[in-house]
Amino acid sequence: MKIVALCGVGIGTSAILKVNAERALERLDIEADVTAADIASVKLAAADAQVILTSSELVPSIGKTNADVIIIDNFFDLDELTAKLEEALG
Amino acid sequence: MSLPPLPLDAIDVGLHVPDWRAAVGAAGAALERSGSTGPGYTERMVGVIEEFGAYVVIAPGLALAHARPGPDVLTEGLSVVTLAEPVVFGHPHNDPVNVILGLAVTTGDEHVHFVAELANVFNDSSIIPALAAAPDAATVRSLLGITAPSGPEATNEESK
Repeated sequence: MKIVALCGVGIGTSAILKVNAERALERLDIEADVTAADIASVKLAAADAQVILTSSELVPSIGKTNADVIIIDNFFDLDELTAKLEEALG
Repeated sequence: MSLPPLPLDAIDVGLHVPDWRAAVGAAGAALERSGSTGPGYTERMVGVIEEFGAYVVIAPGLALAHARPGPDVLTEGLSVVTLAEPVVFGHPHNDPVNVILGLAVTTGDEHVHFVAELANVFNDSSIIPALAAAPDAATVRSLLGITAPSGPEATNEESK
């Protein structure tokens, strides 16, 4: 299972999303590899990913993908991340 | 693992700004004042938002302004700006914003040293309104759990 945490420049926001996604996955007892990526590298990073986590603002930049794109409103809200990951992966 | 030092001059409390550009500008000025960044970094943070939109508004009321590492980043740094009146960045859920964090890192990987700590602090949903209401820079530091001394006086304390 591979999950991509996506932000515009690949530092800061995607790293926060990655850390909190890992915490949510731990709650769900799901094993997954979470990678932080930026828009420039998302095609490669997400080629074999099941899920892309990102902000609504960046969805148009992702382009075509086979991964489920999950929009996260509050990157710090573990309840939101847990519920959305559970829905996508459960 | 701990946050960057966040000296008092990297914090600006209760600013009056007209729009998101000025808000990001204040976060950039605070980074520059504290010695973390040089001229140009602020414009690059604004450029990220112009290019990718308001995704930097990662939680209700909170923007994490940042740009890629570059020669204008002298040392990793964090700044905190709070606004007297919130401004709109254009985010569909998390506007308006009254707390702006400015982030500067020297390499793509360096930030992971403190990003987990940042997540720890902000996973508590009461922290953003508490920061927005903080009356001074010292309160901001203590809300973020930064207990290390700051500034030249603190250095003297440490050397005693």
